[in-house]
Amino acid sequence: MKKLSVILFLICVSSLIIFNQCKISNGKVTLDVNAKPFEKLSEYNFFKGTLKDLIPNDRVLPYDLITALFSDYAHKARFVWMPEGTSAKYEKDEVLGFPVGTVLIKNFFYENDETNASKGRKIMETRLLVKRADKWDALDYVWNDEQSEAKLNIVGDSKKVDFINAHGKNMHIDYSVPNKNQCKNCHNLNNVQMPIGPKVRYLNKDFKYADGTKNQLDKWAEIGYLTGYKKEDNFTNKIADAFDEKSGTLEARAKSYLEVNCAHCHRKEGSANTSGLFLLLSEKNPESWGIMKSPVAAGAASGDNLYDIVPGKPDESILVYRMTENDPEIRMPELGRSVQHSEAVELIRKWVAEMK
Amino acid sequence: MKYLHFLVLCVILFSCKQNKKTSVSFIKDEKFQKELQEKFILLEDGGTIELPEGNYILSKALSIEGKKNITIKGRGTDKTILSFLGQTEGAEGINVTNCSNITVENFTIQDAKGDNIKLKGCTDVIIRNMNSTWTTGADSANGNYGYYPVECKNVLIEKSEVSYCADAGVYVGQSYNVTVRNVTAHHNVCGIEIENCINVDVYDNLSYNNTGGFVIYDLPGIPMKNGKNCRVYNNIARENNFKNFAKPGSYVSDIPPGSGIIIMAYDSVEVFNNTFENNKTLGCCAVSYYATGRPFTDSIYTPYCTSIFIHNNTFKRKALLVPDLSSDLGKLILAMSKGPADIIYDHNYNKAMSNPDGTLQQQYKSCFRNNGDIKFFNLNAYKSPVIENVLKTYDKDLKTFDCSLSNIIGDSN
Repeated sequence: MKKLSVILFLICVSSLIIFNQCKISNGKVTLDVNAKPFEKLSEYNFFKGTLKDLIPNDRVLPYDLITALFSDYAHKARFVWMPEGTSAKYEKDEVLGFPVGTVLIKNFFYENDETNASKGRKIMETRLLVKRADKWDALDYVWNDEQSEAKLNIVGDSKKVDFINAHGKNMHIDYSVPNKNQCKNCHNLNNVQMPIGPKVRYLNKDFKYADGTKNQLDKWAEIGYLTGYKKEDNFTNKIADAFDEKSGTLEARAKSYLEVNCAHCHRKEGSANTSGLFLLLSEKNPESWGIMKSPVAAGAASGDNLYDIVPGKPDESILVYRMTENDPEIRMPELGRSVQHSEAVELIRKWVAEMK
Repeated sequence: MKYLHFLVLCVILFSCKQNKKTSVSFIKDEKFQKELQEKFILLEDGGTIELPEGNYILSKALSIEGKKNITIKGRGTDKTILSFLGQTEGAEGINVTNCSNITVENFTIQDAKGDNIKLKGCTDVIIRNMNSTWTTGADSANGNYGYYPVECKNVLIEKSEVSYCADAGVYVGQSYNVTVRNVTAHHNVCGIEIENCINVDVYDNLSYNNTGGFVIYDLPGIPMKNGKNCRVYNNIARENNFKNFAKPGSYVSDIPPGSGIIIMAYDSVEVFNNTFENNKTLGCCAVSYYATGRPFTDSIYTPYCTSIFIHNNTFKRKALLVPDLSSDLGKLILAMSKGPADIIYDHNYNKAMSNPDGTLQQQYKSCFRNNGDIKFFNLNAYKSPVIENVLKTYDKDLKTFDCSLSNIIGDSN
C-alpha cells in the first residue's frame, strides 16, 4: 500500500514537472478562431521561454505607435500575429484590413522604478483582440502576483500599483482591469468591436527590431503582414508624436494626442457621437473640435464652464477641465484613466492658451 | 430544558431583529458586485436578471452590451435598492448599449456619479415601475439624469419616479418614437426633458418642485437635430419653483426657477389639457435657440420654434407670485406682467420663413387658444432679437394666434 502511494506520488510529481515544462515550451502559436478562448495566456504560445519575459515566438511581431493612448501611466508591449499565409490589407485612413485569425496582443505593465530598469517590472494584464470570422473578440488575461501566468477575466478587476516614475516621484495607481463590455466602450465603430491602434498614420515610424531598426510598415510588408502598401503614398501619412517637439507644431501635437486618446469615442461612428464633439484629425469644423461649442449632456462635468474650448482660455475650457479632474463623473476618458496625465494636460493647456 | 426554550426564543428574537436591520442598512460586498456584473455580461439573449431583495452599494458601473429580448428586474422599488454612493469607476449606474427589446423594472437606483441609467443606441426600451434618485439632496454634484435613453428607437418610460437630478430627471435625447407617461418628477433642475427627438408623447405625468417642469429642446451641433412632432398633454406642472442647482454651463442651468414648460427651437409641438399651477415665473414658453445667447455654426440646424399649438390648458396661480429675478427672462416677465406669465412666445423667424410682407409663412405658424383668461406675451423677436428691445416690441394680442393645427403627431406607436 505504501509502495503504491509512493508511486502515485511520483506520477503526480512527474506530471507536474511535465506540465510546468509545457508552460515554457517553444511550440508554435496556437489559435483556433472557432474554439473557446484558452483559460491561460501561456496556452497560446505567443511568447517563448519564460512567459513574463514576453519574448515573441516566431511570427509574433512587436510594434509601437507614434502617439499612444494613455492608460494610467502603464507601459504597453504590443505584438501582432497573423496565421501563416495571411496578411493585412492596406487601408489609408482606418484600421488595416486584418485577416481572420489575427491576434493583436497588448501587455500592460509598470516599471517598478522608471529611473532604474534593473528593478524589474510588473505585468498587469495582457489584452488580446482576436479576429474571428465575423467579428473582433476582446479577451483579457490578468497576471498573477507571481508573474508566472495570466488568466482569462471577463468581469474586470481592481488592483493597486505603486511605482517610481521617471522624475523619481512615488506614484500610486488604483489600476482598473476592464470587463468585457467596457472593452467595447472604446473599441467601437458603429457598434462593431474594432481595434484602434494599427492604422498607417500611427504605425508609420521606425522600430528597433532584433535584427536592426526599420520602419514598421516596411517591416510588415517585408515579412508578408501587409499587402497593397505603397510607401510613396504615405510619406506624410503619419501623426505627430504628441510629446516630441521636433515632431510637429503645437497644434499638430495637441490634435494628435486628442485623436489618439479621444477620437475612438469622439467621432461620428463612436460611443460619444451623441456629444457632437468630434476629435479626429480629419475633422475640419472648429465647432466639432469643441471651439466655442456648448456641451450637450455634460451636466455637472462642465465645471461651471460654457464651452468645450474657449480660445486663449484653458481655465474656461471644459475639455481641459475634464482632462484635469479625476472624479469618475468628470474625467475624460471615462475608462483607463484614474490619475491625471499631467504631460498631456500641459500640452493641451498650452495649445488652448495660444489659440486665437 | 427551560433554559433551552429561552435560548431558542432569544435566537428567534435576535434573528428577527437582524433581519429588520438589513432592510434599512446597505450591504457593500465586492463579491456581489462581481457576480452581478458577471450576470450582466454573461446574460444570454432572451434572459432575465433578477435583482434580489436588499439594499446594495456598488462601486462600479454595471454594463450590458449588444443583447436582445432581455429584462432587468428587481423585487419592487422599496425592496431592491442599488446605490452607487461613493462610486469609483464608470460614470453611470447601469449602462446599456446597443441592445434591443430591453425592459428595466421594479427597483430603485440611486446616487450614481453621473447618470443612474443610461441606454444608448437601443431599440424597444421599456423603463417601468422604477425609482431613480440622489439621496444627497439638491446638490450640483449630483448626477445628471435619472433615466437617460439616447439615440434609441421606441422608448417607453412609465409609472416611475425621479428626483434630485442636477440636470433632468427624465432625459430622452436624439431618439425616435418616445412615450413618457405616469412619471412623477420632483426636486430636479428639470423634471422631464425631451431633446432632439422625433415623434414624442409626454402625458399623464406629474412634475412638481423642480426648477422647470418640462423642457422640449432642440440643440445644434449634434448628430440628430431638428427635433419635431411632440405632444405634451394631461400633465400637471405644479409649483416648479425650486432653486436651480445645475452647474453653470449646462443648458438647464439657464432655466429660471418657476417654469412650467419651456419649448426651444422645436417644430410641431402640441401642448394641451395640461394644468400649470403656481409656477412663479411662467407657465408655457416657446422660444428660439437665440434665447440661450450661445453661438452656433451648424448650418443645417433650425433655431426657431415652428408650429407650436398650445390649447385647452388650465393655468392656475395664487396671487402675489413673484417671478424669478436671477434671470433675464424672469426680470423681463416681471416688467411685462407685474407677475408670472402664462404663455410667452418669442415669435422669432428669419427672412427665409417670411412672406413678402415680412409676416411669418402659414406653414410655420403657431396657435394658442382656449387656455382661459391668461397672461400672454408675444415678444415679436423677429423685429429685434436683442432682449433689451423686447420691452418695446412685445404685445399681448392673442387674436392673431387664435387658430388650430391639426396635423401634429406624437409617438407613432
